[in-house]
Amino acid sequence: MSETTKNIGLFALVACLFVLTGFMQSWNASLTILNMALISAIMALGVNLQWGFAGLFNVGVMGFVALGGLATVLIGAKPVEGAWSAGGFQILLALVLGAATVVAAILAYAKLTKGRMRNIGVVAILLVGFFIYRGVFDPGVAAVEAINPATNGNLGGLNWLAAARDSDVRSADLFVLLAWPVGGLLAAGAAWIIGKTALGLRSDYLAIATLGIAEIIIAIMKNEDWLARGVKNVSGLPRPVPYEVTLQDSASFVERANALGLDATTASTLWVKTLYAGLFAVVLILMLIMAQAALKSPWGRMMRAIRDNEVAAQAMGKDVTKRHLQIFILGSAICGIAGAMMTTLDGQLTPGTYQPLRFTFLIWLMVIVGGSGNNFGAVLGGFLIYFLWIQVEPMGAWLIDVLTSGLADGNPVKEHLKDGVAYMRLMTMGIVLLLVLRFSPRGLIPEK
Amino acid sequence: MDFLNALVVLSNFVLIPAVAYGSQLALGALGVTLIYGILRFSNFAHGDTMAFGTMLVVLITYLFQSWGISLGPLPTALLALPFGILGCMLLVLFTDRAVYRFYRQQKAKPVVLVIVSMGVMFIMNGLVRFIIGPNDQRFADGERFIISVREFKQLTGLSEGLAIRTTQGITVVTAIIVVALLFWFLNRTRTGKSMRAYSDNEDLALLSGINPERVVLYTWLIVAALATVAGTLYGLDKTFKPFTYFQLLLPIFAAAIVGGLGNPLGAIAGGFVIAFSEVTITYAWKKVLKYLLPENLEPSSLMQLISTDYKFAVSFAILVIVLLFKPTGLFKGKSV
Repeated sequence: MSETTKNIGLFALVACLFVLTGFMQSWNASLTILNMALISAIMALGVNLQWGFAGLFNVGVMGFVALGGLATVLIGAKPVEGAWSAGGFQILLALVLGAATVVAAILAYAKLTKGRMRNIGVVAILLVGFFIYRGVFDPGVAAVEAINPATNGNLGGLNWLAAARDSDVRSADLFVLLAWPVGGLLAAGAAWIIGKTALGLRSDYLAIATLGIAEIIIAIMKNEDWLARGVKNVSGLPRPVPYEVTLQDSASFVERANALGLDATTASTLWVKTLYAGLFAVVLILMLIMAQAALKSPWGRMMRAIRDNEVAAQAMGKDVTKRHLQIFILGSAICGIAGAMMTTLDGQLTPGTYQPLRFTFLIWLMVIVGGSGNNFGAVLGGFLIYFLWIQVEPMGAWLIDVLTSGLADGNPVKEHLKDGVAYMRLMTMGIVLLLVLRFSPRGLIPEK
Repeated sequence: MDFLNALVVLSNFVLIPAVAYGSQLALGALGVTLIYGILRFSNFAHGDTMAFGTMLVVLITYLFQSWGISLGPLPTALLALPFGILGCMLLVLFTDRAVYRFYRQQKAKPVVLVIVSMGVMFIMNGLVRFIIGPNDQRFADGERFIISVREFKQLTGLSEGLAIRTTQGITVVTAIIVVALLFWFLNRTRTGKSMRAYSDNEDLALLSGINPERVVLYTWLIVAALATVAGTLYGLDKTFKPFTYFQLLLPIFAAAIVGGLGNPLGAIAGGFVIAFSEVTITYAWKKVLKYLLPENLEPSSLMQLISTDYKFAVSFAILVIVLLFKPTGLFKGKSV
């Protein structure tokens, strides 16, 4: 069997899983999983770029995904009336001042001659800068958070179209699509800062550094209420596809649904999810084409050469640190785009739901199971692992039901096992990872 | 008097909590650093190993409490600790046999082992939540305070009180005992010396007839003990919650790296550096400054540099600073 047939077979098998879910559970459930699987596949492509192409160990995927989500709020949401004039510009000024302080400290460190005076100077710049920053920042934040704290208390987004509209203007909803590239940019910016400091260090250090930055990004999103309301969440974000209610009100849609033998409610939810799936599939295919082009280009070969032997690549005159920074930023940007897409799909930003196990380590699992270094492998892993992640729970529940069928209802052991079902998937994922690493370390679709 | 009051406030809110937290971090970092020195990889499952050991201690404590066994003023958990350590050792040895040994024999790259430890982390994470659930468990019992605020005030006549919780006292005493035992073992016994030799230079150690499997076995046993003790002390001092233990990974790694990975002394120093910076930077200094500054200079704000929600940012910032300026850590560690 040739390699292509095998790969097509694998994809067909995964497609069968989704079709089977459609028949056995419901098409709604199948499409819900498919939508998140598409997004996960994009994240896996990003991680594959970093790990598969360049061997960079980024365990801060969660942070970049969350930044993408933040972009959806900052772009897609309606601006809060009066927030910018009350304190928004002041906050912006404070952030600029803070950045200027850091830049000044770095410049002072680079320009001054080595010695005690330099150390004192740098610390003094940082301290004075910090207090000025807090002095400008705090009142601004207080002013913004005072605006209607029950529903707003944040800056809101830049979706002026939504603020101006009176009836349903589609352009205001479509505006949220702009958040996807912006999410990528935001993640790229963060990746640049991390890369500048942590790349060029040992791989373990990069891992710890990215793990840390991801936690910090989540902490900022949870606590800075002026930004995106923190743990109070932002909901009701505009969406690029029509609302179910609008569809159900449209006579032509109901007619077509009835012609297919569906009731209007089911048909509308299915249609909305299909539209989302179409949008995500377009992005995924674009990304996949670009990643494949990159892999086959001289640039991709250089990346793999650096990965396989840094010293040799350096001897050939390649700037390893710069190339690493480049690919680190690119991969993170893809994760950011996927994060923005996910928040758009959810229609809300909930910083409390970002968990490293779900958004960092699960994505890693997808890349490793699929085949690191192979873009199609990463995509396949994304579909397969996300499907398992969702479906292991009902399977586990069924298994435990069967195993404990001899026990009476209300038996403490049975109840405990039932409560624990949710955590079975963590164990399953760990076992899958260990088995793949042990018996097929190159993944389902190995690198060529 | 004002100066004494300021000192008491400082000790109560900064020094004592930081010493206790620092001891817990130091014990955790020692485990990470030992694995790194001997097995040569960063063990991402360490936080969850701590959680597993602590979970056993918690469950056995509950069992003892139901039997009516207690240690009087001391927490029952101390009695359960040896059993927890044993259980954790079994688990860790099992993972080594089932998982890590294969890659050791393959001479796999360290980064592969790190990814493998991610898989182990997933499993342990699920296991702990499966057995005890994701919620908070309070298992500290016995006397709450060695000295309470009221007693202290009566004793000294100062207007500010100082409280030392039993758990804080136990943490420090246990940490000192454990560290002393560890260093005695590493420096005085044959096995300990062979461990250090193996860590310094694997080839030379093998050449002089040191059995690597034996070294690895002892390392895992020590790491399991350290992890369980660190986790139990942390759980007694705060509460036991699986997710917090996963999050402890960051300050623990920061401590180990700041001290110099692979260097036990560095791990201890790193633990205290991280703990003191976290506590001092997130503490609201108003109360201390109130006593120290003249009345007209009294600060109006809380004088808190960073809110406590960002304590991770502190360990992270220190980590980055150390990595930028002294990549092998404060004490000379390895850099493989």
